[in-house]
Amino acid sequence: MEQFDLVIIGGGSAGMSAAIESYNLGIKDILILEKNNYLGGILNQCIHNGFGLQEFKEELTGPEFMSRFSKKVNELGIKYELNTNVLGISKDKVVSYSNKDGYKEVKAKAIILTTGCYERNAGAISLGGDRPSGVYTAGQAQLYLNNYGKLVGKKVFILGSGDIGLIMARRMSLEGAKVLGVAELMPYSAGLNRNIVQCLQDFNIPLYLSHTVKEVIGPKGHLEKIVLAQVDERFNFIPGTEQEFECDTLLLSVGLVPNVDLLSKLGIHFAKSRGPVVNQYMETELEGLFASGNVLHVHDLVDYVVSEAREAAQGVYLFLNNKLPNTNEKSLVKPLKGVGYVVPNYIQKIDNDDKLIFKFRVAKPYKNINLVIKEGDKVIKKIFKLAIIPSEMEIVKIDKKLFELNGEDITVEVEEK
Amino acid sequence: MKELICIVCPRGCHLTVDDNLNVSGNNCPRGEAYAKAELTHPTRTLTSTVKITSKLEVRCPVKTDKPLPKEKIYEAMDLINHVKISAPVKIGDIILENILGTDVNIVATKNINE
Repeated sequence: MEQFDLVIIGGGSAGMSAAIESYNLGIKDILILEKNNYLGGILNQCIHNGFGLQEFKEELTGPEFMSRFSKKVNELGIKYELNTNVLGISKDKVVSYSNKDGYKEVKAKAIILTTGCYERNAGAISLGGDRPSGVYTAGQAQLYLNNYGKLVGKKVFILGSGDIGLIMARRMSLEGAKVLGVAELMPYSAGLNRNIVQCLQDFNIPLYLSHTVKEVIGPKGHLEKIVLAQVDERFNFIPGTEQEFECDTLLLSVGLVPNVDLLSKLGIHFAKSRGPVVNQYMETELEGLFASGNVLHVHDLVDYVVSEAREAAQGVYLFLNNKLPNTNEKSLVKPLKGVGYVVPNYIQKIDNDDKLIFKFRVAKPYKNINLVIKEGDKVIKKIFKLAIIPSEMEIVKIDKKLFELNGEDITVEVEEK
Repeated sequence: MKELICIVCPRGCHLTVDDNLNVSGNNCPRGEAYAKAELTHPTRTLTSTVKITSKLEVRCPVKTDKPLPKEKIYEAMDLINHVKISAPVKIGDIILENILGTDVNIVATKNINE
């Protein structure tokens, strides 16, 4: 069986970044497996700009951003296989896959899983009513429009205020579609503030907060209209608030979920982020199997994906050099009051100077609060926030010396004044 | 007094601008420039795609190489939608030059080799 020091599953921004960093750390025996016939993953269809401000200090479009990484992968001569479907990962880190050459198994000393995330669809949110054509996830419509030049409809309603939905509201408006409105179940937007301005306000598209689609109507097989209704704080429909919108297209931008299918048979645990439980180097409970990027937790900026993938590469480097012991000496990291999830899920006691990086989201918007990170009862760090919203991920770097790491829980919580 | 959300980067700072165009709430100088421009002559970077004859792709993504006056966005879209190019194309190649007399070019944002 062919062997590699490192097999990376997924050649998007996380996978390419992990590969380049690993190579630079001296791990050169790498294989990237990618399902599409190109590297770069989802950035290929994200033709809008706004990528790369942290990474390159300039604002790039998705294809421009990813091309800098694919160029580097090619320059370094890192091996990759395209059009390749990974079928499984075994506990002894044999990766099985199929492509035009048939079925193959390779043995990996270490694996980084960078399979990204998928979009929640109509079934996932129990959307009421018919199941006609004309209902798409926002990313699906984005692929059709940006990569194939096909506008999926002319009169569009968008459910969910996630960034892809907002970006598509603008994109479809520019291509001549009429976007009637965007509905958001929560009383606040799930997307970035700037997208509310430049994607909705610029095009006079109304945003209906605390609203959702009650019914999809399309008895003849194609979408004819949707019924929008307001919801109360428990998300129950408020009678009498129904409004009908005639439309031929309903886009769903109702959340992204880590694509963890390949981990399902490994007996490892999953976190509140819906990605696998990991230590501070993004190593899962299976020794030598790492995960980073949107498969671990859904990020708001690709720049963060890229830097997290580098942290995972650091972990692979330590692991392959026997400096990442699989000990039971660990301190759990737990989200408490007001915090949705935290990555990592536990810290292993390792003797080096690396900083600990905590990434988390608040569960709802807050104003004038402290974010408090504690070990046991001891406050390690307190950060004041004027305003904080769930759609913006917090990243806090802390000197490891400030922690005892003697097994006491590390907690992250919101302290209201 | 006017309140704006900065759209320069994904951070989305909440800006306040007074009647004398003094800006506060910005975390970087670009926020100040944005707020002033937004209240005097708003501009936007436009991204879209053009048709391409290629073995690999049917569309090539493009963008304006500088922000375009906001009121010209639909006219620019009309120009973009009437272009057809052929591979090869490289990132930064000018697809349309000096559109609508604005000194703004439409440039390719993807390398399509064949």
